[in-house]
Amino acid sequence: MTDMIRISGLVKRYGDVVALDGLDLVVPKGMVLGLLGPNGAGKTTAIRILTTLLEPDAGSVTVAGLDVVREPAKVRERIGLSGQNAAVDEHLTGYENLDMVGRLYHLGKQAARQRAKDLLDRFALDEAADRPVKTYSGGMRRRLDLAAALVAEPEVVFLDEPTTGLDPRSRTQMWSTIQELARGGSTVLLTTQYMEEADRLADDIVVIDRGREIAHGTADQLKKQIGGERVELVLEDAADLAPAQTMLAGVSVGEVKTDEQTRRLVAPVTGGAETLRQVLQRLADANISVVDVGLRRPTLDDVFLTLTGHAAEEAAEGSGEPGEPGETGDVREKEAVR
Amino acid sequence: MSSVALALSDGAVIAKRNLIKIKRLPEILVWTLISPIMFVVLFGYVFGSSIEIGGGVNYREFFIAGIFAQTVIFGSTYTGVGLAEDMTKGIIDRFRSLPMSRSAVLTGRTGSDVFYNMISIFMMAVTGLVVGWRIHTGVFEAIGGFAILLLFAYAFSWVMAFVGLKVASVEVVNNASFMFIFPLTFVARTFVDSSRLPGPLEAFANWNPVSAVAESARVAFGNTGNLPTPDVWSLQHPFLYTLIWVAIILAIFIPLSVRQYSKAASRG
Repeated sequence: MTDMIRISGLVKRYGDVVALDGLDLVVPKGMVLGLLGPNGAGKTTAIRILTTLLEPDAGSVTVAGLDVVREPAKVRERIGLSGQNAAVDEHLTGYENLDMVGRLYHLGKQAARQRAKDLLDRFALDEAADRPVKTYSGGMRRRLDLAAALVAEPEVVFLDEPTTGLDPRSRTQMWSTIQELARGGSTVLLTTQYMEEADRLADDIVVIDRGREIAHGTADQLKKQIGGERVELVLEDAADLAPAQTMLAGVSVGEVKTDEQTRRLVAPVTGGAETLRQVLQRLADANISVVDVGLRRPTLDDVFLTLTGHAAEEAAEGSGEPGEPGETGDVREKEAVR
Repeated sequence: MSSVALALSDGAVIAKRNLIKIKRLPEILVWTLISPIMFVVLFGYVFGSSIEIGGGVNYREFFIAGIFAQTVIFGSTYTGVGLAEDMTKGIIDRFRSLPMSRSAVLTGRTGSDVFYNMISIFMMAVTGLVVGWRIHTGVFEAIGGFAILLLFAYAFSWVMAFVGLKVASVEVVNNASFMFIFPLTFVARTFVDSSRLPGPLEAFANWNPVSAVAESARVAFGNTGNLPTPDVWSLQHPFLYTLIWVAIILAIFIPLSVRQYSKAASRG
C-alpha cells in the first residue's frame, strides 16, 4: 500500500453550510501534501474528519489503509495531530505533557519517559522541560504540540495550520522542524493559508476553496498555470516610460504594462537572467536610469488570486478580526496573543 | 489489554494529570474547602442556637452528617466544571485523536475527584470536631460512614460529568447545578428532622437519596441518639437504599456521559 491518505467525494455540512463539497485527495507514502486555502475553505474540517474527530456526511476516507468511520480506533494508533490551537495542558510541564501523551498511546512507562526526553531535546525544549506550559511562548507551545503529535512515531502526521499566529522567527524555526520531519520519510498532510509555507514545505499542493479542489500540482506547476516569469522595472523619471516601453516590447512575449504613478513597467518574458541582462544593457545605452529591477516569478498569492478571484488574505479578513486593511499579518499576531 | 483494563489505566493517566493541576493551582482547593468550614460554623451556631432537634441529640452532632452529604454533592460540581473547562480547550481534541479509551477522560476526572472529596471530608471532620461533633462508634463503623459518603459522591460526580459535557460552559454548570442541588440537599433529612416537614415535603425528604446518605453517616458515626427514625423503608435501611441509588446513578450516567463525550465536538 503506497497511498497513506485517500479521500474521495468527501462531503460535510453544518446545517445549511457546506464545509466540504466533494473533496478528493491522495497522499502517497512519504509525501508532504499542502492543503492550501483561505479561512473557511474547509481545511480544518478535512483534518478533523481524517483524524476521526468528526464524521463525514458522504464520501470515503482512508488513512494508512484504514477506513476512518469503520475503524477509528485503529486509525488513531497510526496518526499524530498537531492543531492550530496548541492542544497541550498548560498546567502540566512540557515533560509531563509528552509523558502523558506517550502513556495514552500505550508506549509503556519507560518508553514514554524516554520518548518525552528525546523529543524535548530535539525540539530545543529541554531547558523548559520542567516548567508549566503556561510560562511558554507561543512558539514553544507550538513546538511542544508538534512534539506531542510525534510521540508515537506515527505513520501519518496531520498539521493544521502549524504556524498561524507565530512570529517570523518562530515560524522559520517551525519550518525547519517540519522539513526535518519530511526528510525522515513521514507522510504529512499540512494545512496552511500561507502561500510561502506551502511553497517551502509541500511536495504537492492542493488548493481548496469553498470545500472543493480548485487546483493541484507542485508549487512550480501552479505558478506556470497562471503564467511565466516577468521583468519588473521602476524608472527614476516618468518621462522615460514611453521609450522604455517600446524598448521592452522588443524582448517581451506579451503586453508591456506601465504605471505612471509608480513609474513601473511589467513585461512578460522568457529566457530568464539573460533577458534581464539584455534589458539592462539597452536601458543603459539609452541613458535611462533604473531605480529598481527584478525578474519575478508569480507567487502562490498570485496563483490564488487568479484561481479564486479573491486574495487569500481578503477571505481570511472576512471571518477574522476587524483590523487595519492590508495588515492581516499583524492581525494574526494579535489573535495569537489573546 | 481488555477494554476495562485499558479504561482504568488510561483513566489513571488522566487522573494524575488532574491531580497535578490541583498541585499547581492550590487556590482551587482553598476556596472549595473554605465553604464547607463556613457551612459547619454557620449552621452549627446560627441554626444550632434555635433548633431543638430532640431525642437527646445535640444539633451540632445531628447536622454534621447532613453537611457531609451536602458538601460531597456540591463537590461533584467540580467534576462538571472541570470537564466543561476541558471541553472548551484544544486538549480535548488531542485526547479524542489518541488511541486511548473513550471513557478515560471521564473515569480519570471522576477518579481524581474522589481525592478532592476526601480532602474536603477530612477538613469538615476536623471542623466538626472543633465545634463539638464526636464519633460514638468504632473505627470500622466510622470508616464505613466515610466510605458511603465517598461512594455516593463518586456516583453523583457522574451526574455532574454528564451535565458538564452537555452544557460545556463553566458558568452554566455552576448556575444550573445550584438550581437543583439546593432543593435536593435542603428538602432532606440533612439539617432538620424530616418528620417535622409538611406532608409532601416530608415524603420527598424521606425518599430523597441525600437523606439516606446523611442518615447512613449519622448511624455510622453514632449521631442519632434517641431520635426516632421515620418509619419509611428508605430511612430504616439507609445503607441499602443509598447503595441502590449509587447503582442506579452509575448504570444510567456512565453510559450517557461516555456517549455524550464521544459525540461532543470540541467547542474551542
